[in-house]
Order: sequence, then C-alpha cells, then structure tokens
Amino acid sequence: MPNQLDAALSFHQNALRLRGQRQELIASNIANADTPNYKARDLDFSSAMKSAMANAGNTNNTPSTQGLSKTSALHLSGTPTLSNSSSGAPDEARFRPIIQGSVDGNTVDMDVERNQFADNAIRYEASLTMINHQLKQMLTALQNQ
Amino acid sequence: MSLFSVFNISGSAMSAQSQRLNAVASNLANADSATSANGTPYKAKQVVFSATPTNSPDATGVKVQKVIEDTSPPKVVYDPKHPLADAKGYVTMPNVNVTEEMVNMISASRAYQNNVETMNAAKTMLLKTLTIGQ
Repeated sequence: MPNQLDAALSFHQNALRLRGQRQELIASNIANADTPNYKARDLDFSSAMKSAMANAGNTNNTPSTQGLSKTSALHLSGTPTLSNSSSGAPDEARFRPIIQGSVDGNTVDMDVERNQFADNAIRYEASLTMINHQLKQMLTALQNQ
Repeated sequence: MSLFSVFNISGSAMSAQSQRLNAVASNLANADSATSANGTPYKAKQVVFSATPTNSPDATGVKVQKVIEDTSPPKVVYDPKHPLADAKGYVTMPNVNVTEEMVNMISASRAYQNNVETMNAAKTMLLKTLTIGQ
C-alpha cells in the first residue's frame, strides 16, 4: 500500500523536483545576463522527466503509471522519440543555442529567459494544483459519507 | 532544495549589479575632478563580472571579480584660466564618458529589477509548495 501511494504521487513529485531544478538554471542565466563569456544553460525537461520516471519505476519495482504497457514488441510506442537524448545524462543541463550573439561572448537572451522563467513557474504551479487535487481525491475516497 | 538556491543566485546578482551602480555613481560624480589624492585626474572605474559556482551544481551566481580603471585617454580641455592648466593652457580632465555611464546605469538598474522579480517568483513558488495538502 505505501508503495502504491508512492507511485501515485511520484509523477508530480518528480515533475516538481525537475521544475525546481530548471527554475534554478534559468535564474542563473538571468543573474549572469551581463557576465562576459557566460553561456546560457537549460534542461531538456521531457527527457529528464522520462529518465526520472524510469528510475522511479525500477527502484519501486512497480509498473510505471505513465503510458500503455506493451505486450508485444510490435506495438507502437505512444510517445515521440527525442532527437537529442543520445549523449550524456538526460537530466544534465545543456547549452542554449545562440539566437543573437553578443560581442562579449555572453549567450543569454533576456526575452527567452524571461519567457521560459514565467512558463516554468506556471507549470510548477500546475503540478502543485494537480498534486493537491490527487490528495483531495484520496481524502474523498477515504471518508465515509 | 533547488528553489532555495534561486535566492542565493539572484542575491549575488543583485549585489554585483549594485556594485556596478556604485561604480557608475562614482564615475558620474567625478566626471569633472581634474585632480585627485595622487595629483592625477580621476580615472573612470569599471567592474568586471564573473560567473561563480554556488553550493548546487546547476546554480551559477555572479561576483565582481575586480574593479579596473578605464585605460582610455583623458580628455584635454583648453582653459587657460584653470589653476591646473599647463604652459599651453590645456587642462587634463577625467576620462569619464557620461553617455556611456548613463547607459551603464540604466542597464544595471534593469538587471537589478530582473533579479528582484526572479526572487519574487521563486518566493511565490515556495509559498505555494507549502500549501500542498491543505
């Protein structure tokens, strides 16, 4: 039973952890907007999330709650394949492509960073809302009415 | 807890930017100081930022690595009545470029604001996190 509770909440737990990590990276980029030769970094969220869920599935020995379970190798996979997950750890920070280079070698584009920062914050709060609703659902199921 | 280090990152950036603003203020204040403690005209000061690692591997803060003196040549003004004028009537004035300093000031102030907003967003996120299960 504790395992099942863990599995039920692990998706959003991992999502929150990775969103927090990404927020930190983007905050670093914004902080270093005027540092010469600083290269902006970001996280590939979807591959990091995939690897986090794969790890959670292995350690808990419970089937992953994400996606369909395949009983034949010929079944189509429901998720698109990532083009850049070939090298390095998936939850590793990568350098952002240069949109407009600057003379001092800094690759922080403030528009992109602010945009991603706001986007990430909203998604973090969305995960929080969903985890709250999951808990409320559980409470409803537990209560005798 | 990675969101807490956002405070460290933004805080380091804010103190670095305020030091830059300090240098700008000093340069603007001394834009006409033809002499100083060592007898030479004031030299414009510029800060050099450098990325510095913090306790978390992903987080990179900012620090002022050094304060350098601007090496651009001083302005030479013709003013024979000035007490510091040389034999030909020229006075050596500081190499402060007021336009550049004003741009620098706006840039520092905007960067500071950005980091304040970053910090506020992280604070909101952490406060929301505390309400899980309520």
